Amino acid sequence: MNEILSLKNIAFTYVPDQPEVKNAVEDVSFAVNEGEWIAIVGHNGSGKSTLARIINGLLFPQQGSVSVLGQPMNEENLWDIRSQMGMVFQNPDNQFVGATVQDDVAFALENNGVPYEEMVERVHEALAQVKMTDFLDNEPQHLSGGQKQRVAIAGALALRPRILILDEATSMLDPQGRAEVLATVMKLREETGLTVLSITHDLEEAMLADRLLFMNGGRKFAEGTPQQIFDLGDELVKLGLDLPFPIKMAKLLQQQGVALEGGYMTEEELVNDIWISNFKK
Amino acid sequence: MGKMIFGRFLPGDSVVHKMDPRAKLLFVFIFIVAVFLANNAWSYAVLLAFTFLVMTISKIKLRYLINGLKPIMILLVFTLFIHIFFTKGGAVLVDWKFIEIHEEGLRQGIFISIRFLVLVFMTSILTLTTSPIAITDGMEMLLNPLKKVKLPVHELALMMSIALRFIPTLMDETDKIMKAQMARGSDMTSGPIKERIKAVVPLLVPLFVSAFKRAEDLATAMEVRGYRGGEGRTRYRQLKWNLRDTLALVVLVLVIGLLVFLRN
Ligand SMILES: Nc1ncnc2c1ncn2[C@@H]1O[C@H](COP(=O)(O)OP(=O)(O)OP(=O)(O)O)[C@@H](O)[C@H]1O
Ligand SMILES: [Mg+2]
Repeated sequence: MNEILSLKNIAFTYVPDQPEVKNAVEDVSFAVNEGEWIAIVGHNGSGKSTLARIINGLLFPQQGSVSVLGQPMNEENLWDIRSQMGMVFQNPDNQFVGATVQDDVAFALENNGVPYEEMVERVHEALAQVKMTDFLDNEPQHLSGGQKQRVAIAGALALRPRILILDEATSMLDPQGRAEVLATVMKLREETGLTVLSITHDLEEAMLADRLLFMNGGRKFAEGTPQQIFDLGDELVKLGLDLPFPIKMAKLLQQQGVALEGGYMTEEELVNDIWISNFKK
Repeated sequence: MGKMIFGRFLPGDSVVHKMDPRAKLLFVFIFIVAVFLANNAWSYAVLLAFTFLVMTISKIKLRYLINGLKPIMILLVFTLFIHIFFTKGGAVLVDWKFIEIHEEGLRQGIFISIRFLVLVFMTSILTLTTSPIAITDGMEMLLNPLKKVKLPVHELALMMSIALRFIPTLMDETDKIMKAQMARGSDMTSGPIKERIKAVVPLLVPLFVSAFKRAEDLATAMEVRGYRGGEGRTRYRQLKWNLRDTLALVVLVLVIGLLVFLRN
């Protein structure tokens, strides 16, 4: 498998002149393969957004190195590397630059000097990918939060990046908007083999990932498949991370003496096991 | 406030709506200068007729303009009367008790009112038929040569378009904060003026804080999408100069020729 992104011993502080302040990110290393979906979880202030900003070159780490597609990131190739990465943020309103949907999607293309005819083609392509073609001329105030985030994804996709970073992109949306955005990302991954890095507080969302990265106090506390991470159980709870509903439910049932196997990733798995649990006795 | 149309955009499908914003801006700019050529009854009549012609072509109703520009109309009538009553010179037309109207006063009053009227009408027709973003684009293109003298044309246009983009967002936010403060018992709509001004502070502070947060987020989002100044950028919103744009300017030049011919 092709390694698309690798971080080696990254350390970063926002206040280099105040050594008494703890580093926002401390000694983090990990690698991402092309086409993977990585979820980064951890409680508030654990350094997730800082990490995303380092990967994108918005912040330069004081220690360690970031490599994208085998190239170590530096000031010279920064803009090239950035054009390989799309990033979507939390607040749908604060990342809408254009006057209308199509203007906004074209923004990154304009910045990269893409010729007009190609821009038109790519804007339409990107909007079709997120199913927003019908809203071409809409102004942002006439869109729902979920729609705005889909436009933001289209804006990030217009440059045909290899990596998409979502920094709590669904956290300000209602359940419907959240489902819309997640479905869009999943479909994109299937169709284009996009690598996705999503920072999230939503554990249901995290469970969709191939691999989880659990941040705590600026350090990488654990890394593994969702199954492996949620098997940590009580340790996660101690560190302020909630468990997904099916896992929590199974735990409580087990404590009450119900014979369950545990480790369910979906409610359906849990339900199936519950109603055959009596036969197992 | 709600009815004021100065600076408002009224979408439509007239020829004027479809014109290139650069042509419209040039047109209005040249027209404003040309208005000062008029100095007698005939030339003012031409100005007035031409303005009404443009208004008809742009499918904007006279009543709509007059209603929407009411405060300006009141000012106009006021100027008219000032001139009629206070400018002396020429034959005396009316001499009744303390009122004395001179021929010169009447003439000046009418001329200045017409001048004022056509200026306000023409600029209103421009903004009514052109979306703010199109005006910004047109301005940017027209001012482009000034980049040579270090005028940050692209940056100014970007600032303008972002400001336009965020007006509705900030309006919504103001509304939300106002309701939140009202729910806490703050009263912004009644009481002595001093109290009302005081009540605005808790509205402005959160609004400013959030505007700065938005600005920061937006700057990050722009950088992530590769924004690094105007250099080497292409444009998605293309302006297209058509035959009708050239024709409009030719007609304007002809009208100016007529004005020069008619003035004394
Ligand atoms: N601009 C900044 N200046 C100084 N310190 C900052 C800045 N941004 C974040 N920090 C600090 O860095 C640490 C990590 O913050 P970061 O935003 O990366 O956390 P996070 O995991 O994204 O949290 P959240 O879940 O709340 O988004 C925190 O202790 C925070 O206070
Ligand atoms: Mg964060």
